[in-house]
Amino acid sequence: MLGLNKRDFRLLIIVLLLTLGTPFLLQPFAEGTELAKFNAGYPDLMQRIAIFGIFAMGFNILFGLTGYLSFGHAAFLGVGSYSAVWMFKLLSMNVIPAILLAMITAGLFSLVIGYISLRRSGIYFSILTLAFAQMSFALAYSVLTPITNGETGLQLALSDPRILDPVNNTGSLPLTNIFGLEMNAAVKIEMLGRLYTFSVGYYFSAAIALLAFYVSLRIFRSPFGLMLRAIKSNQQRLSYTGLSTRPYTLAAFVISGIYAGLAGGLMASMDPLAGAERMQWTASGEVVIMSILGGVGTLMGPVLGAGAIKYLENIFSKINESVLQSWFAFLPDGLENTVVWVFSRFTGDGWPLTLGLLFMLVVTFLPGGLVEGGQRIAKLFKRDKVKPDGENNDEDGAKHKPEPTPRVDE
Amino acid sequence: MSRLIMNRRGLLKSGAAVGAGLAMPTVFAGSAAAQSYTNEPTGASVTLGFNVPQSGPYADEGADELRAYELAVEHLNGEGDGGMMNTFSSKALSGSGILGKKVEYVTGDTQTKSDAARASARSMIEKDGAVMITGGSSSGVAVAVQALCQEAGVIFMAGLTHSNDTTGKDKKANGFRHFFNSYMSGAALAPVLNNAYGADRKAYHLTADYNWGYTTEQAVRESTEAMGWETVAAVKTPLTQTDFSSYITPVLNSGADVLVLNHYGANMVNSLTNAVQFGLREAQANGKNFEIVVPLYSRLMAKGAGSNVAGIFGSTNWHWSLSDEGSKAFVQSFGTKYGFPPSQAAHTCYVQALLYADACERAGTFNPCGVVEALEGFEFDGMGNGPTLYRAGDHQCFKDVLVVKGKENPENEFDLLEIVEVTPAAQVTYPVDHPQFAGGELGDCNPGA
Repeated sequence: MLGLNKRDFRLLIIVLLLTLGTPFLLQPFAEGTELAKFNAGYPDLMQRIAIFGIFAMGFNILFGLTGYLSFGHAAFLGVGSYSAVWMFKLLSMNVIPAILLAMITAGLFSLVIGYISLRRSGIYFSILTLAFAQMSFALAYSVLTPITNGETGLQLALSDPRILDPVNNTGSLPLTNIFGLEMNAAVKIEMLGRLYTFSVGYYFSAAIALLAFYVSLRIFRSPFGLMLRAIKSNQQRLSYTGLSTRPYTLAAFVISGIYAGLAGGLMASMDPLAGAERMQWTASGEVVIMSILGGVGTLMGPVLGAGAIKYLENIFSKINESVLQSWFAFLPDGLENTVVWVFSRFTGDGWPLTLGLLFMLVVTFLPGGLVEGGQRIAKLFKRDKVKPDGENNDEDGAKHKPEPTPRVDE
Repeated sequence: MSRLIMNRRGLLKSGAAVGAGLAMPTVFAGSAAAQSYTNEPTGASVTLGFNVPQSGPYADEGADELRAYELAVEHLNGEGDGGMMNTFSSKALSGSGILGKKVEYVTGDTQTKSDAARASARSMIEKDGAVMITGGSSSGVAVAVQALCQEAGVIFMAGLTHSNDTTGKDKKANGFRHFFNSYMSGAALAPVLNNAYGADRKAYHLTADYNWGYTTEQAVRESTEAMGWETVAAVKTPLTQTDFSSYITPVLNSGADVLVLNHYGANMVNSLTNAVQFGLREAQANGKNFEIVVPLYSRLMAKGAGSNVAGIFGSTNWHWSLSDEGSKAFVQSFGTKYGFPPSQAAHTCYVQALLYADACERAGTFNPCGVVEALEGFEFDGMGNGPTLYRAGDHQCFKDVLVVKGKENPENEFDLLEIVEVTPAAQVTYPVDHPQFAGGELGDCNPGA
């Protein structure tokens, strides 16, 4: 169905159910208990996971399939955000035109950068994209201040024209919406002592993420996707067969740029602000880490990685020393302080340390990322059933041999 | 390998699926408006959100802000010695929390990035039910979080933010700033510079290339030019610059005799150190001693620049060596708890927390609109800056500004600045529609929900 074989369709249905059920899945602990601090089912974080999932999915089309490691994808995310906010300022608070423009500008931008950067491969390609991203960041931060509002970030103002919207006399800023349905509208339901929040913003992002997932699934399964994998496994050999690989890599680059622009536009739709930090190299590095953490070249991996990082960033960073003190209050004084000191290195402002450790463990013991972890666990339960090695293996590339280091001598 | 085959049946099927998907969100359109404003506290406690930089370039200031907030919460809940609650001119606070509810708090890391700061503020509002957000150590973050709070319907009490824009073109009805701003720095510094260096001076500006740098340069320029100074050149320096020698070299041959460093944090530490290394302080130009000015000082910066700050003028919001009752009480209780005197960032944050609590008490509600009404035009004293007004027109505090000078012989690592003059509030007051603050509207208060 939908042009997918049975297995892939099942995967799509599983992903659909997961996205629909996220507000329940991320809210496992009852309100009022100490563990409620680990709940993550509030709209902002769920939206963020969906949006960064899209970003990472797009990045994976380039990095996972062709093996080209771009260190500048945050630039496309930023360009998308800026275009979307300008749409909100000038045209309408409806998110559809904003997201469309975000995708178009990011696509054009990535076409230019890709056309230049893809003349090199390997580390030179990475450095070129990094340089372009840093240039974009510097431009947005200061030189282009009239367009980007510099350090403060581009924001909505009461005096913006918004030519398609009715005149606003309320004295407060209008909210982003989709044909009148506001993005931050939400229903809160209390059930079994847990508070579930269903918000329009999340379901809108989730619907787009699902669509993005479907497109990426189709790309993975298409002849085009196969060609990209061929480039990854041996670009030189492919060239010797008389094929020009550059149109394929450029297409992959632009597609992943459009994905990043879509993520940027969505981000601005959920929260109409675009700041230059979104384009900084650390933001580009983050998506690389997301992909590797989840599993490069797999379909679900990047989304899992995005979720893991956003969870750590937003939940772990809030467990400060006074929270820890209340947890370990039962211990004798001297011991309590020691335990709190140790734990506070890993939570609160020490959350990047936890992320670093997790990343190290995953890279060392699960080179295929979190997805490989899941597969290993699944295998434990399915040990008896011996399956013939058939067409199933290409699903996530976990059985591929380690890649040779990218060649730089072309 | 599969191909997308579009026949009539397939099209109908997928059309139905897409239609169902699009219709789905409308199911959730009816928002459950049980509360009369965002995060109305219903239990025995009220949650405040302290959003400060815990990592990144301003982590030191963030740590000091957090200490001040913890102290404020202690005092509001009736623990400790009460600090400035005893000297505060309004006596609405009794030490039993706010409106009888115990004050609890959550913390978050702004990372000095607008995005991260907004994410952390949103999680405080959406997950933890915070009814007020406060903190921050950069204007970009303050403006971003202020806009978010306006949208979400909670109060924002700005921490350390000095750019004119926070209460200028980016002002918001739900946001309040106690800290002073670039204009006030310029207006307070100019007369002191005039007395010390004379009216016939030529200034050379080095300006950090971002919003705060621009507004500060503009403020200092306009104030000094009104005194008769001439501006020779204003050069923008990248924010990430660490070596300023190439910017300092042309200064001596430019005909200028004063260098104004519109830099903050590590930028200022590096540029000042470079300038001193290049011998600018011993140099002569136009027959006068060459001078350096730093419009915004903080103790943490003075510490970083070490002995290079000796004798250099700048301005600051508050200093722990002030001897009024409020400052003494605050330094006393902060020092007892942490063992060293508070910074100006700690002071402004502590005061903001108390002002918010007091406004809630006077308004009799946590409703943002009630709080806004209570704070607008509020006059108070006993908080370390003399009589202060929270102006209704732009939600900016008007109070005395300190002009300080780097100490020649500091006694310890906290005793780096000496107060040269306390500029009275009247001298730094400007009309709401002053050109440096033009554009932007306050809008209406937003209670959310």
